[in-house]
Amino acid sequence: MSTAVSPHPIASLAEPHPPVSAGRVFVALFSRDLRVARRELPFFLLRTIMQPMLFVIVFGFLLPKMGFTRGGYQAALLPGILALSLMLSSTQSVTLPMVTDFGWTNEIEDRLLAPISTYLIAVEKIANAMVQGIIAAFVVLPLARIVMGPVAGFTFSHVPELVLVVILSAAAASAFGLLLGVLISPQQIGFLFSLIITPMIFFGCTYYPWRGLDVVPWLKYAVLINPLVYISEGMRAALTPSVPHMPFVAIIAALITLTALFTWAALVRFRMRAIG
Amino acid sequence: MAAAIETERLRKVYPGTGGADRHSSSSGSAPGKEAKPRGAAETIALEGLDLVVAEGEFLGLIGPNGAGKTTTIGVLTTRVLPTGGTARVAGADVVRQSVTVRQRIGVVPQRPNPDRALDAWENLIYHAAYFGVPRKEAARRATVLMERLEIADKARSKVDQLSGGQQQRLMIARALIHEPTILFLDEPTVGLDPNARNALWEILRELHRQGRTIIMSTHYMPEADELSDRIALIDRGKLLALDTPENLKKQTPDGSLETFFIAKSGRRSDA
Repeated sequence: MSTAVSPHPIASLAEPHPPVSAGRVFVALFSRDLRVARRELPFFLLRTIMQPMLFVIVFGFLLPKMGFTRGGYQAALLPGILALSLMLSSTQSVTLPMVTDFGWTNEIEDRLLAPISTYLIAVEKIANAMVQGIIAAFVVLPLARIVMGPVAGFTFSHVPELVLVVILSAAAASAFGLLLGVLISPQQIGFLFSLIITPMIFFGCTYYPWRGLDVVPWLKYAVLINPLVYISEGMRAALTPSVPHMPFVAIIAALITLTALFTWAALVRFRMRAIG
Repeated sequence: MAAAIETERLRKVYPGTGGADRHSSSSGSAPGKEAKPRGAAETIALEGLDLVVAEGEFLGLIGPNGAGKTTTIGVLTTRVLPTGGTARVAGADVVRQSVTVRQRIGVVPQRPNPDRALDAWENLIYHAAYFGVPRKEAARRATVLMERLEIADKARSKVDQLSGGQQQRLMIARALIHEPTILFLDEPTVGLDPNARNALWEILRELHRQGRTIIMSTHYMPEADELSDRIALIDRGKLLALDTPENLKKQTPDGSLETFFIAKSGRRSDA
C-alpha cells in the first residue's frame, strides 16, 4: 500500500448518524441471506429435491408399478414427501451456515455488530429458513405429482388449513434448525445427519401415516417426540384429508408448542454463543 | 473534553469447570471464547478495570498474553457481557444500550473474519446496509475505502482469494464504512509485512487527525509508542499504568517502552 496523500479522505467523520430502525436492519440481514441463497440456488435445489425425489421414484413410482404397494399408498406418501422437503430445506438452510458462522473465525461477527437486538438476528435466521423451506415444498410438489401420476384423494380444497400447516411447519423446522446450528460444533456435523436427521426422517411418518402405527402401539407414541410427525400429518390433513390422520387441532397445537419451545431454546443459546 | 469511553470497576469472570483458582485468558482467542482445559477454575479476565478515554484520543492497549486486552475490547464492543462494574461507550451503557453502542463503533478483530458467503465488495455493502447506509452512498464509500486500502482490484474476489494482509485491510474497510466515531482495533498489524504495517499506521493517523477516538491493542511496542496519545498497560485484568508514551519511557533507565513493559508486567512481550 502506498502512503501518498489521497484526494479522498478514507472515511469522513460526520455528526453522529440518526439511529437506524430495527426493521431496516432486519431487512438488510434478510436480504443478505437471500443474496447468499440466490447464489447457491443450484446447490439449494439439488439439496432440496434430491432425497425427496429419490423416495418418490422408489416408493411412489417403482413399488406401485411392481405391485408391492396397495392403491391409496401414494395419497399417504405425497404429503409426507412434501413435509420431508420442507423440513430438510428449512433445517439445513439454517443449521449448516450457523455451524460455520460460529466456527473457528466467528464469521457471524459482522452481523452481531449490527445495531439490532441479538435476539432479532436469530429471529431473522428463522424467518429466512422458513422462506427456503416453503419454496422447497412448492418446488417438490409438482415434480412429485408428475412422477407419481394421479393421486387419489389429493385435493387443494383446504387452502386455509394448508397455509396454516405450511407456515407453522416451516417455523418449527427453522427454529429446530437454528437450535441445532447453535448447539453443535463443526466437528459434530457428521453426527447431525447420522444421529439426528436420518432417524427423524424414517420415524417422521413421512412414508406411512401415523395411524398406520396402530400396529406397533409403543412406536406410535414414541414418535410423538419427532417434530416431523406433525408436519407430515399436517400435510395429510390439508392435502389428502381422506387418509386417516391425527386430529387437525392436535397437529396445530403441537406445531405451535414446538415452534415456541425451539425458538425460545434457540434464542437463548444463540445469545450465549454470540455474547461471551 | 467529554469521555468517549468510561469503565468503572469493570470485571469479567469466565466460569470454570472446578479445580484450583487460576488467573488466565488467551489473547489469541476470540473474546469470550478463551480455551479452558477440563477441570479448570474460573478465569478472571478483568478485575476492577477503571479506564477513561477522551473523545478524539488514540489509546494504545498493551499487556502480556492473557492480560485482558481482548476481553476489554470485547466488553466495550458489546460482544462480551461483563460480570460486574459498568462500561459506557459514546455515552451509552454497553449492556443496557448495546444497540446504541454498536451504532457508534467500528471493530477490527484480531483475526480477519469476513463473511465468506459474500465477495469482498458485498462484505462492505451489506455491512453498510446493516447500519442503514443507503446503497448508493455505501457503494461510493466502498469504492473510496477499497482504493485507499489498495484492494480495489479484489472487489469482486471471494474473500478466500485475498491474502491475509488484504483480508485485514478488508476488515479495516468494513469497520469504517458506516463512519463510526469510535474505532477498536485488536492487534491489527499481526501478520502484516512492514510496508503494509506502515501504510496502516498512516491510515490510523489520518483517522485520528479527523478526531476519531481509537483504541488499539498491540504486542508491538514501537507501534504503541508511534501512534498512541496515551498507553494503558493491563495485566491480570488490572490497569497497571496509564500515561503518555513519553512519561512511561521516562520511568526506565534506557527510555524504552519495552523495558517499561517488562519491568511492570514481569513478562516479556510476545511481539
